[in-house]
Amino acid sequence: MEPIIEVEDLHKIYGDVHAVKGLSFTVERGDVYGFLGPNGAGKSTTIRILLTLIKPTSGTVRIFGKPLSQNRQHILSRIGAIVERPDFYNYLSAERNLQILGMLSGTNVSKAKLMRTLAIVGLEDRAKSKVKTFSHGMKQRLGIAQALIHNPDLIILDEPSTGLDPQGMVDLRNLILELSADHKKTIFLSSHILPEVELTASKMVIINKGTAMVEGSVRELISEGKLRVTFEVDSAEKAASVISSSAFADRLTSIDENSVFLKLSRSETSAVTQLLVQNEVSVEAVIPVRSLEDYFISITQGTK
Amino acid sequence: MLTVLQTELIRVFSKWRTYIGFIAIGVLIPIIIFAMKAEGNSYLGFATQSLQQVFTFTGNLMNGYTVAYIILGSLLVHIPLLVTLVAGDILAGEATAGTYRLLFTKPVSRTKIVVAKFITAQICSALLVLFLAVLSLGLGTLVLGVGEVVVIRSEITIIAQNDALWRFFLAYGFAVLSMGTITTIAFFFSALVENAIGPIMTTMAIIIVMNIISAIDIPLFEVVRQYFFTTNMNAGRYFFDNPVDTQFVVKNALILLGHIAVLFTATLYIMNKKDILT
Repeated sequence: MEPIIEVEDLHKIYGDVHAVKGLSFTVERGDVYGFLGPNGAGKSTTIRILLTLIKPTSGTVRIFGKPLSQNRQHILSRIGAIVERPDFYNYLSAERNLQILGMLSGTNVSKAKLMRTLAIVGLEDRAKSKVKTFSHGMKQRLGIAQALIHNPDLIILDEPSTGLDPQGMVDLRNLILELSADHKKTIFLSSHILPEVELTASKMVIINKGTAMVEGSVRELISEGKLRVTFEVDSAEKAASVISSSAFADRLTSIDENSVFLKLSRSETSAVTQLLVQNEVSVEAVIPVRSLEDYFISITQGTK
Repeated sequence: MLTVLQTELIRVFSKWRTYIGFIAIGVLIPIIIFAMKAEGNSYLGFATQSLQQVFTFTGNLMNGYTVAYIILGSLLVHIPLLVTLVAGDILAGEATAGTYRLLFTKPVSRTKIVVAKFITAQICSALLVLFLAVLSLGLGTLVLGVGEVVVIRSEITIIAQNDALWRFFLAYGFAVLSMGTITTIAFFFSALVENAIGPIMTTMAIIIVMNIISAIDIPLFEVVRQYFFTTNMNAGRYFFDNPVDTQFVVKNALILLGHIAVLFTATLYIMNKKDILT
């Protein structure tokens, strides 16, 4: 696969703060690449470096196979981005904002294209409205429109679903998947809403304190490690007693009125179910949970 | 470059802040002209009373040209505030609004963006002076007619009616340069901060401090004040001397151009080095 973003040993130091420490990762063509980390992990700093808003202290960034520092304009002409809050020229209309930003991106934006782009994000009826009358969610959608207006190959989205309502988040997710699948765009997606990444990203890197903790395919990373399994039973106390006297005693994490919670692999889940049934515990449901959120929390809290 | 300039002009002329200076001048000049029509002759009579003991004045001395000259001299002190409203906001306003992030992630060099903003600020400043010129000369001559220009400084010079317009043309040209210098100072401070109030206040504070230093008659200040932009800003009035000391005016103009060159270069350097964190 062709690498689109190659970051190697990236550092950024602000005074005493080492915001990015030797970060390395690679995004390949067609990836929807999740960029995860808790607040202050260095996500925004990294994105700002990718977009030349700030200069790295050291390290190399290559985008589309070329060094960013020497090919800034060519590279930026192929990138559409939202960086943090969706800020616009509030005294101008949505249409005028897009027109100006399209011109700066080197695209002659026709009225028809402008309206098509606004339609993608559901703002075609508000084209003439000044941005100062927009809600945060509408500005966020306009932000996505300005990132798409010049038909870029790489789209960098920094917390794009912030401020969107549930339907807006679903629409955004579908848009990301459509841009990736149908239009073959490469998408670099930073988000703290982890289920969003889980549902859209194909690969991801989790960073913490400026360092990459783990990089790989979302599917592989999620399947790695234990599941958090909830057993809904007729008697939680009896179930807990059975488990405590078995080889799975150390996997029991908690109990409540009708449930016991264990950390198990897939094969162990089956064995525990069998054990409970053999000991006359009625198992009403087995609910395995292995979300990226669990994984993310374990990584960033240093338990993995 | 033209596209970047075009987008900048669209943005600046879509902001109501840009028109504050024009509104202020549009209100002030007619008030002055009509006040001069009502009271101007007694003002001029008081200023020329010693001469009237020796000479007889005939014709229309309180005319549009004389009023335009008086307005040009007095408003140059106050127009800087109006000029800084745009120049102080043009970079800092992007930081305040968070739109540096939009602007500097586009495939345009920072140098081009800063140059476009600088040209736009200079255009606004020049248009303000042009508006002042058209309004004071146009409305002045319409209301008060034309005549000789009575130039009252340490001595009184009377410029013939047919010898006045080219002097106004050059004086307003020099005023464009003077206000261009103020614009550049506000533009420079605008690159340093994230709020437009700072550059406006700082520029005005510098003008006030330099004017105070210039007004104090101490030999030490005498050496430095000739290089203050505030000293050189008013050289346009020397176009109404007879003959015009061209060398002196050119020297003043070069000092102002030096201020513009140094401060603009510093602004370019700062903006190219700046990390955008807003």
